[in-house]
Amino acid sequence: MFKWLAYGNDGKHPKTDAGFFQRREFCFTLDGDIFVRYQSFKDGGELAAALKDRCPSKIDIGPVYNVDPQRRAAYQGSGQGFSPVERELVFDIDLTDYDDVRTCGKEGHICGKCWPLMAAAIKILDAGLRQDFGFQHVFFVYSGRRGVHCWVCDERARKLTDEQRSAIAAYFAVYKGQEKGIAKLATSLDDHPAIKRAYDLLQDAFEQRLLPEQQLLEDEQQCQNVLAYLPNEAIRNAVQQRWQRVHGSEQRWEVLKEIVEEEAKVGGSMLTVDGSRRQGGDARAAKALRKSIKDIVCAYAYPRLDMEVSKKMNHLLKAPFCVHPKTGKVCVPIDPDAAWEFDPDTVCTVGGLLNQLNSGSAAAAQGEEPWRATDMAAAVDTFRLCFLDALQQDVKAGLAEKARAAAAQPTLAW
Amino acid sequence: MATFLAAGAVGRQRSAAAVAEAPHSAAAAATVAKASRSKVALSMYADLPDGEIAIEEFERFAMDRLRVLKGIDDLKVKGFRPDQMQDKVIELYERHMGAPNREERQRKDVISHFVLRLAYCRTEDLRRWLIAQECDLFRARFKEMVPSDQRAFMEANELPFRPLSKDEFTEVQQQLAQVLFSLNAGQQAAALLRSEVANDGYYKVPFEQVPDLVAARRVYLQAGYAYVSKDQMSSLVVQPFRAGLSKALVVTARRWAAVVAPEEADRLTPVVESLSQRYLGPDYSDPDKRGVVGTISAADIPKVARQSFPLCMMNMYQALHESHHLKHDGRMQFGLFLKGIGLPLEEAIRFWRTEMAPVAPGEKFDKQYLYNVRHNYGKEGNRKDYTPYTCMKVISSTPGVGQVHGCPYKTFSQESLRSALSRLQVAPAKIDEACSKAAAGHYQLACAAAWEGKHGCACETGINHPNQYYEESRKALGELQENNAAAAAGQQQLPETPGAADAGRQLQAVLGSNGQQPGSEHAAKVQRTG
Repeated sequence: MFKWLAYGNDGKHPKTDAGFFQRREFCFTLDGDIFVRYQSFKDGGELAAALKDRCPSKIDIGPVYNVDPQRRAAYQGSGQGFSPVERELVFDIDLTDYDDVRTCGKEGHICGKCWPLMAAAIKILDAGLRQDFGFQHVFFVYSGRRGVHCWVCDERARKLTDEQRSAIAAYFAVYKGQEKGIAKLATSLDDHPAIKRAYDLLQDAFEQRLLPEQQLLEDEQQCQNVLAYLPNEAIRNAVQQRWQRVHGSEQRWEVLKEIVEEEAKVGGSMLTVDGSRRQGGDARAAKALRKSIKDIVCAYAYPRLDMEVSKKMNHLLKAPFCVHPKTGKVCVPIDPDAAWEFDPDTVCTVGGLLNQLNSGSAAAAQGEEPWRATDMAAAVDTFRLCFLDALQQDVKAGLAEKARAAAAQPTLAW
Repeated sequence: MATFLAAGAVGRQRSAAAVAEAPHSAAAAATVAKASRSKVALSMYADLPDGEIAIEEFERFAMDRLRVLKGIDDLKVKGFRPDQMQDKVIELYERHMGAPNREERQRKDVISHFVLRLAYCRTEDLRRWLIAQECDLFRARFKEMVPSDQRAFMEANELPFRPLSKDEFTEVQQQLAQVLFSLNAGQQAAALLRSEVANDGYYKVPFEQVPDLVAARRVYLQAGYAYVSKDQMSSLVVQPFRAGLSKALVVTARRWAAVVAPEEADRLTPVVESLSQRYLGPDYSDPDKRGVVGTISAADIPKVARQSFPLCMMNMYQALHESHHLKHDGRMQFGLFLKGIGLPLEEAIRFWRTEMAPVAPGEKFDKQYLYNVRHNYGKEGNRKDYTPYTCMKVISSTPGVGQVHGCPYKTFSQESLRSALSRLQVAPAKIDEACSKAAAGHYQLACAAAWEGKHGCACETGINHPNQYYEESRKALGELQENNAAAAAGQQQLPETPGAADAGRQLQAVLGSNGQQPGSEHAAKVQRTG
């Protein structure tokens, strides 16, 4: 089955520099979780042939090495060695990392209710990569089950060193794991412009999508977790008291914000535990109060990246358009502008596509390739529109500039 | 042109007359710039030193530099931040790297640097250590230079950074101020907003050149450019230095292993190898230096864990034992530690299989986790013999949700740290000490305090590796056991040689009069002979 689909997807491999593509590592996962690393192919045709021949359940894409990875043994120990030279900058975000802030499920679970988390992550990464780092060729792919992959393919991004990759990953890493029961965040009273931008985006996402979808403040445990972010016991009590009379996550959130804002206005003059007000307090305390709101939003919605994937050049990442071996879902590209509307539940699956293919033979008769009549067509179009066309244009322009350079400009593998 | 001249011409010792004489043609200016390269004390170490050197000098220079680097490392372990170390680092450098004249100083600087490159190129850990210390030293020395020297240095080493134009500056002024606010530098931010900072106070550079500033969000980024302030200029210079050093070390390692080491087996190799072990403590990347394989079996683990595991490993062991699962990073950290204490592969497989059985029975384990265990032992994948994690590496990792690896002194709250330490049976006084050290961010000192609290004796070496914690612990317990055995031998008056019985009595007498050291030594000796 997979052969067929892979064939369909592979219809448009680019005219790459033969030497460049040959040095790209592919890793096939065959039946029974057998990994076959360091595969390389002369061109798209050879890759397609190998795919049909060996029928891997998963394909990972690795870096481009200095020599053909299949012949790496010949170079080991020689002065040159065997090392990666180029690789797209990649990010991996997994819903599993959000388990403590999800109410709808755990582990491999994914549904429309937790998708907003991913959508927010896409938005923030996309904005950061494009505006701050000036990358243009960024695309996002649904990972087939519970996460999203991001590929940055600008030439500049491909040539980053491991250290520079780590730095970019760290730049996005506001969420630094759990500590003392609450999320450890790299926020401060005043924020870096990038975090500020992210927060503006997250605020809407949190209030309009996450709260209603996840019903965070209905769950007793989650309520306690949220309260833990408030700076002092008195205000925690005040909020909790009011919550007993208010129900619904959105309403409770409004109450919380209201109380915090009132406190902040009087300069954080410290509610005491018995409810009376003490005098004094300052602008800093007020800021700390307002920061706690921000912290809650960031803790619950800021993207949590799998740092290791981004840090190293030689980390493998699943190729787009693969079929997830467990869910059967196709790893379809996501248009970042339509990230909110993406629904992981309706992603096309192998089975569905096969049905469409079988019944769609009519289309084939009209001279179209059979796969164009399936849902796959839309996925491929997204890929082309959001990413490939621009990349190829850019590459072409780059080529024109370097017309005299003998080596062709590298592009992606398809 | 004017800046170029100024940059080129003003060396530290340069006289005013020389400035006046500075010729006004570009070619001449270039020679001035070149000349200043040797005037500024600092070097990017781009060129290999030439000339001959005696092997004694070779070693002495290297040792002196090593003292400086080790001193820097100690400062960091004590919790000094880079900006607080400036004077101390310079003082260290002056003390150990001094020489009668400038040429000598420079020669010593360059030679010692290159010798240490040789000595510290061989493993990833060594390289990381050298790069970290050398970069700190470099930064401190760069900061110590007067601004004109700094510019001269950058010019000479072809690190041309362009200050912002007036328009560019106005455009990003707000954002720059925002960054300063976020760094808690409100006053500077306000000054910036009042335009009291000139536009050439900032440089615009490709973000690739300042990864450290990017990672810490200390710069404003726009469209691939980082806006670096004058105060952050040292990062601009350290970066290429670090990159160059890192690259050079890898190349050196390859050449050393392939060509130099065999050729120099009798002459340089021993010197170089002993240099790299001088200060760093045992090198666990070398299989020969780890615990003897086979001294530990899966069945021993519960016992030795209770006795000798550091808190980070104990924490993971408990988590594994209770939930029958560890996430990947935890399996790496814990699994490699076990390898380091001498658990052979077969026993490791048995251990993990048993611990994970309720979650991953039989085939599931073989399918999902066996590879991982074998991989750690270099039996799968690229067959690399992975090195047990150092404290540095453990501390730098941050566990996410549901993960238990990393350094507990860093990740635990005070209360959970306290209860974990009392579960580990650390003496109460030392628990307090460990907690306060941990709160101050001195995680390794906290760990050493816990070690002391558990073993009841002083930890002289400090803790810099979980495996070293373990080994020190075994050593201490071994001595204790020998003492006890000797004491027991004396008490029961077993039919021993008179000497041993004598020693037993002697020991008892000594222990009774609370002088433990001489007795233990003596008893241990007698034990061995008897």
